[in-house]
Amino acid sequence: MMKRLIIILALVAIALGFFPLAMRISGDSGLTALATHYVEAGAEELGAANLVTSVVVSYRGLDTLGEVMVLFTATTGVTALLVSGKSRSHKKEQESEHDSVGRREGSELLATGAAFLFPILILFGIYIFLNGHLTPGGGFQGGVVLASAFLLLLFSDCRLELNHALLKRAEAISGAAYVAVGLLGLWLAGGFLDPRFLPAGEFGQLFSAGAIPIIYILIGIKVGSELTGIVDAMRRCS
Amino acid sequence: MTQIVLAIGFLLVCMGFWGLMTRREVFRMIIGFSLLDTGVHVIMVGIGYVRAGTAPIFDEALAVAGAVGKVVDPVPSALVLTAIVIGLAVTALMLSFAIRLHASRGSLAVDDMKELKW
Amino acid sequence: MSQLMLVLFGLVMLVGAVAALYLKDTVSAILAAGSVSLVASLVYLLLGAPDVAMTEAAIGSALTTVVFLFSWSRIQHRSQSSKSPLAEKTDTNPEEQEDHQL
Repeated sequence: MMKRLIIILALVAIALGFFPLAMRISGDSGLTALATHYVEAGAEELGAANLVTSVVVSYRGLDTLGEVMVLFTATTGVTALLVSGKSRSHKKEQESEHDSVGRREGSELLATGAAFLFPILILFGIYIFLNGHLTPGGGFQGGVVLASAFLLLLFSDCRLELNHALLKRAEAISGAAYVAVGLLGLWLAGGFLDPRFLPAGEFGQLFSAGAIPIIYILIGIKVGSELTGIVDAMRRCS
Repeated sequence: MTQIVLAIGFLLVCMGFWGLMTRREVFRMIIGFSLLDTGVHVIMVGIGYVRAGTAPIFDEALAVAGAVGKVVDPVPSALVLTAIVIGLAVTALMLSFAIRLHASRGSLAVDDMKELKW
Repeated sequence: MSQLMLVLFGLVMLVGAVAALYLKDTVSAILAAGSVSLVASLVYLLLGAPDVAMTEAAIGSALTTVVFLFSWSRIQHRSQSSKSPLAEKTDTNPEEQEDHQL
């Protein structure tokens, strides 16, 4: 009973800390000064129609780089904890012994549907991160759709062996290329991760907004391969 | 409208925190952590809302000039975008730790894990 | 009108959160947590943030639920296989021991 009381007191303390913030924030106060600058100047400076994209990739590009690093560390941790070289082949023998103990085969509907939907989902994911600077979307959403395509394949055939070398290489090359594009911005344009070293182009076209599409393509490939790696490490048949 | 969203987010934070503190299995604690994460994101997006504002994407419906009064703040959206992906990565890492905990001692009840208690 | 929708969504999220923490069956709790994320993505859409809504719907309610279900299935299968009669054959296998070392 004492513990519950202390937890309730802690929640009341958090509420007391949160209350002044809630009273100060209201929808009528308009945009902050920083947001006003982004809205007024962002479209001409960077040429991207989607303002959230230009904030994520360029104005707060270092946060995105940090996020990519955190995702990489988490994927490495999951893979290190759950997959070891010997246990993979031993797991295959163990599962073939337990085949008679309640393993359900994937149905034919699932197998056919997955084989049909897989290229469409990959195309959809690539479309999302290619058009990230024009419509809502971007690298993270496209990467997650790519990982969902692989997840669908894993559901239909549980014993599927993904090409781990290809996944690792895709993740490593896209991560290194992202930092290389940032360094190119340092060398050719205003600063690290400045996407203006490519021409801004015409507003609203696919090849516009400098290097923002390139950065989002790299982020999309990296997030997609990392999430596929996480799902593959955690998957469990039967 | 902003007050409603802030209240919803704060109640989710309270519930996630409560679940994290009072549940006695590791799995429920991880679910509580995920709820706490969602609540914080709702609060952050709610702070950026401008009344009768629309999404900050310039197309035929929204011109660049004079858009200041009509768009929602883009900075909290950008922060929450990053935070959602990080939340998934951290949840996956916590779950793999839970799997290894269960593999090495056979149960997920927190009361059995007494090595760090004094 | 949108305020009414927001209050409704908020109620659904709170009920889902209570269910996620207090249901006995773990699979149902995981699905309730996924439904909280799904309704949260609707709330983001009402607040004028479509990018965040897409990300939350794809990650919070699809990938997080799948990752939870995979890990729960691993935990269940391991606790079941230690009770099945086939367990004696595999428990004496020396390669099995390296699984217990962290």
